[in-house]
Amino acid sequence: MEMNTPIGSNALDDNAQGVVGKPLDRVDGRLKVTGGARYAYEFQQGPTTTYGYVVEASIGKGRIKSIDTLAAERAPGVVLVLTHRNAPAQGTGNHREAHPVLTSPDVSYYGEPIAFVVAETFEQARAAAYLVRVDYDRLPGKYALRDNLDQARTPRVDADAVQPDTAVGDFAAAFAAAPVQLDVTYTTPLQSHLMMEPHATLAMWDGDKLTLHTANQMLNQGQAVVARTLKVPPENVRLVSPFIGGGFGAKLWVNADAILAAIAARQLKRPVKTALTRQQVFHVTTHRSDTIQRIRLGTDPDGRILAIGHDVFSGNLPSEQTFEGAAIQTRTLYAGANRLTRHRLAPLDIPVASSMRAPGEAVGMLALECAMDELAEKLDLDPIELRARNEPTVDPEKHIPYSSRHLIACLQEGARRFGWDRRNPKPSQVRDGRWLVGMGMAAATRGNPLLLSKANVRLGPDGFATVRMAMTDIGTGTYTILSQIAAEMLGLPPDRIRMELGDTSFPLAAGSGGSWGAASSGSALFDACNNLRGKLARIAGMDPSRVRFADGRIEAAGQSKALTDLVGTGIEADGEIVPGKTLKDFSQQSYGAHFAEVGVDVDTGEVRLRRMLGVFTAGRILNEKTARSQAIGGMIFGLGAAFEEGMTLDSRFGSFVNHDLAEYLVPVHADVPDVDAIFLPELDTKSNPLKSKGIGELGICGAGASLANAIYNACGARIRDYPITLDKVLSSLPLQT
Amino acid sequence: MKSFTYERADSVSRAAAALAQPGAKVIAGGTNLLDLMKLQVESPSQLVDISRLPLDKIEETPAGGLRIGATVRNSDLAADPRVRRHYGLLSRALLAGASAQLRNKATTGGNLLQRTRCYYFYDVTKPCNKREPGSGCAALGGLNRIHAILGASDQCIATHPSDMAVAMRALDAGVEAVNAAGETRAIPIADFHRLPGNTPQIETTLRAGEIITAVTLPPPPPGVQIYRKVRDRASYAFALVSVAAVVEASRGVIRSARLAFGGLAHKPWRVPQAEEGLVGRSANAETFDAAATAVLDGARGYGSNDFKIPLTRRTLHAVLAVATRT
Repeated sequence: MEMNTPIGSNALDDNAQGVVGKPLDRVDGRLKVTGGARYAYEFQQGPTTTYGYVVEASIGKGRIKSIDTLAAERAPGVVLVLTHRNAPAQGTGNHREAHPVLTSPDVSYYGEPIAFVVAETFEQARAAAYLVRVDYDRLPGKYALRDNLDQARTPRVDADAVQPDTAVGDFAAAFAAAPVQLDVTYTTPLQSHLMMEPHATLAMWDGDKLTLHTANQMLNQGQAVVARTLKVPPENVRLVSPFIGGGFGAKLWVNADAILAAIAARQLKRPVKTALTRQQVFHVTTHRSDTIQRIRLGTDPDGRILAIGHDVFSGNLPSEQTFEGAAIQTRTLYAGANRLTRHRLAPLDIPVASSMRAPGEAVGMLALECAMDELAEKLDLDPIELRARNEPTVDPEKHIPYSSRHLIACLQEGARRFGWDRRNPKPSQVRDGRWLVGMGMAAATRGNPLLLSKANVRLGPDGFATVRMAMTDIGTGTYTILSQIAAEMLGLPPDRIRMELGDTSFPLAAGSGGSWGAASSGSALFDACNNLRGKLARIAGMDPSRVRFADGRIEAAGQSKALTDLVGTGIEADGEIVPGKTLKDFSQQSYGAHFAEVGVDVDTGEVRLRRMLGVFTAGRILNEKTARSQAIGGMIFGLGAAFEEGMTLDSRFGSFVNHDLAEYLVPVHADVPDVDAIFLPELDTKSNPLKSKGIGELGICGAGASLANAIYNACGARIRDYPITLDKVLSSLPLQT
Repeated sequence: MKSFTYERADSVSRAAAALAQPGAKVIAGGTNLLDLMKLQVESPSQLVDISRLPLDKIEETPAGGLRIGATVRNSDLAADPRVRRHYGLLSRALLAGASAQLRNKATTGGNLLQRTRCYYFYDVTKPCNKREPGSGCAALGGLNRIHAILGASDQCIATHPSDMAVAMRALDAGVEAVNAAGETRAIPIADFHRLPGNTPQIETTLRAGEIITAVTLPPPPPGVQIYRKVRDRASYAFALVSVAAVVEASRGVIRSARLAFGGLAHKPWRVPQAEEGLVGRSANAETFDAAATAVLDGARGYGSNDFKIPLTRRTLHAVLAVATRT
């Protein structure tokens, strides 16, 4: 089906089986906790399997003068050392289109793979990798964003992509004339995804057919990229990825592990397995660019926005156009007649910058929602009231209605539950022992995309339905919510659904990313199930528009038949969702509100979360439990972004210095006390047939800003440079007496 | 990781003899050494495993202190009732370190011998005098947020990462070492770790072929015991600054004080003049500031760690305020 018109009442609304929306435990949970779920590196291919280890460039920019692989080749167990001298010609493109490796002696960034050592064991390959000797001609590189702003340019993007610039009205004149003005600059650091499972691949060829067991979020897209890179037809490439240990965007694209393993396996005519080490993940794969964001807000004396401007600098390799879209939410979140957003991209000689959890909003909201807090204080308004006064009736840039928007309801319900009325708006007033205590809030919003997806469902005579899709589950709960959708639509208990995901030999799917996974794959499955319902109704001699499916039976007009009596040897149906007019006719976002209470140690400036609440609306909630987990996970990600996370670039070398989990800090259990998330009821008839909206990234958007605002409320330190570590807070603390 | 041979020692003297061979290293918990071997920061040709030697006892000494075997696990030491009752700051320091999983593996001797967390030390593509003498120091003029402000040299500004050792320094512990001949030597913990000077690769006064067998604690000192660790997250982060304090005060007057600091130097830092200056003084801000000034005598920042100077002052102030609160 094509999503061109709003959806009327459907079988999910009827909820005849009563499965959709319920807090069903993960259907793959038992497999995961018992080790039965096999990840890319855990697939076994027998004793012929060899193991590869990546050798990284140890300079930031330059050229390999000589590379001596002799010692490595002679090391025990080594069967192949790939370098630019013996790697094949490959297809090219930006990082979303192709991933050629070892193509020339040029080094474009620190950590770029310059050799791939393959041996009989992983340990042999790793030991031999240290024997590769390289001489470089070094070139001066451009490494730090802040040092290269003069080089920044407007990124070139396709006409149908998110545009770098937008303008409505006359921002400059309106801002200059505004009675109340705020002009502030926020910075966010380089970030690494650090999903639990590092990138890993097992590659094997059968003649000219390649199979890759690889950790990848978007298998069909990956299939195309591998084919283009290796110059083989896409139908000769199969990607298999039934379980993925997190991604957060790091596995959206094909990475060096997959291509290196594929090339080596073809040369050796043996399976090749490889995994990046944790340290390698930082440089060999993608990261989120740091940003420098200037926000200008001009209002009337009552706080109504007259002018809103957001300028963003980020960086990427000179060959890339991907920018951190930190101003995207500023285009639609608040009212105001005069608007300006601009993104500029500085060419840098550091690894590829790309999508990381909520690309754009995750860091854009860190700036915008703190600027709103600053503005509220300037106006002597409660920050919730400021947002209420700037609630738009239609999208202020596109001038189209919202598909559904309940931001104010989230703010009000959150304020009530959190006890926002107990907040003292004056900073540094509340003490609890050695802690200065403060409260902060921020809005949450994230775009709601829908992508082409297909599905096949087959109901067998045993009463089990089998669902096949090239969809992935990166830990979010996709297996579970798809089981629920199929069970609900076909009137079966969820344990009668067999899910087969993660294989490009199944029908094409959007994969996991951008908060589109559940909506896209779920809608395709909905359509397939709907088609199967029609077939079953016709076989049963019933009117498909009046049937009810529940408990393994089809019912209409007082008649009831067991499904297993209708299916013969099995009956199947295909389905698909095609994004359509409703994406253009309606401005589609999920919304929410974050409330946080933090403590700042009055002596040391240590900042710790005390409690946090998120209240969200995201259309129909498909599973209360996995949705809540998603939201809480996002909020904790926001905690990391606010207080802890950041790669530190050494601009002498072009490398990230804190490239392991001991020194790149993310929240640990002790950092996370009472965090809760709730969803308010909502159905979005314009989004997709499930009437759901994306939740995968909503939780992170705005979360960190609520914490930063709480720090300000606690101790009066307005830190505009993330992460907010104690050294930045220290000078704002009172003298000790 | 380079290939290596592995020997499970069946006696201390055998272990010490094996250790006298060039390229040999002791392994017990392996929580730090194995990481370093994977990165080829360390590449021993032989590992001598002492984890099965009978060095895992905590015994009371005739003097009224404790003798802690070298392979006593950090978790076990922290949980020992005698340690909890009489050396609370040691227990708290241990529990402030690493993670539960690491503490379950890490040993007392290994904790003393753990290497610095300097990012450049861990990155074999960067100069580091500690890893490769004479290659230079990338932390000088680089990123040095976690680095030393005291006792550093122009060769190395690394810090020692242990929490346990800081508490032991405040407790005036002794390190017991044995060589292949079976000779035992007691090294005061004050002399056990070295400052970097021109030889940052030499971190302790342990001699080749010597192996730590125990750490001894004198009888528990009188006073309030505090271990305060300041860090970037609530668990599993190294100290930016830590203070181990044993302070005796009555009626608002300080009677005695021992103050050891972590995160500031290449070894647990202690300044006798600062402690002596507190004795007999009233517990007030002026007194605390004077102590901080004495501790920070000669302190210098290297850019990103400048904040450690005011942070140390403020943390010490807070610790002394709590310790002298009656």
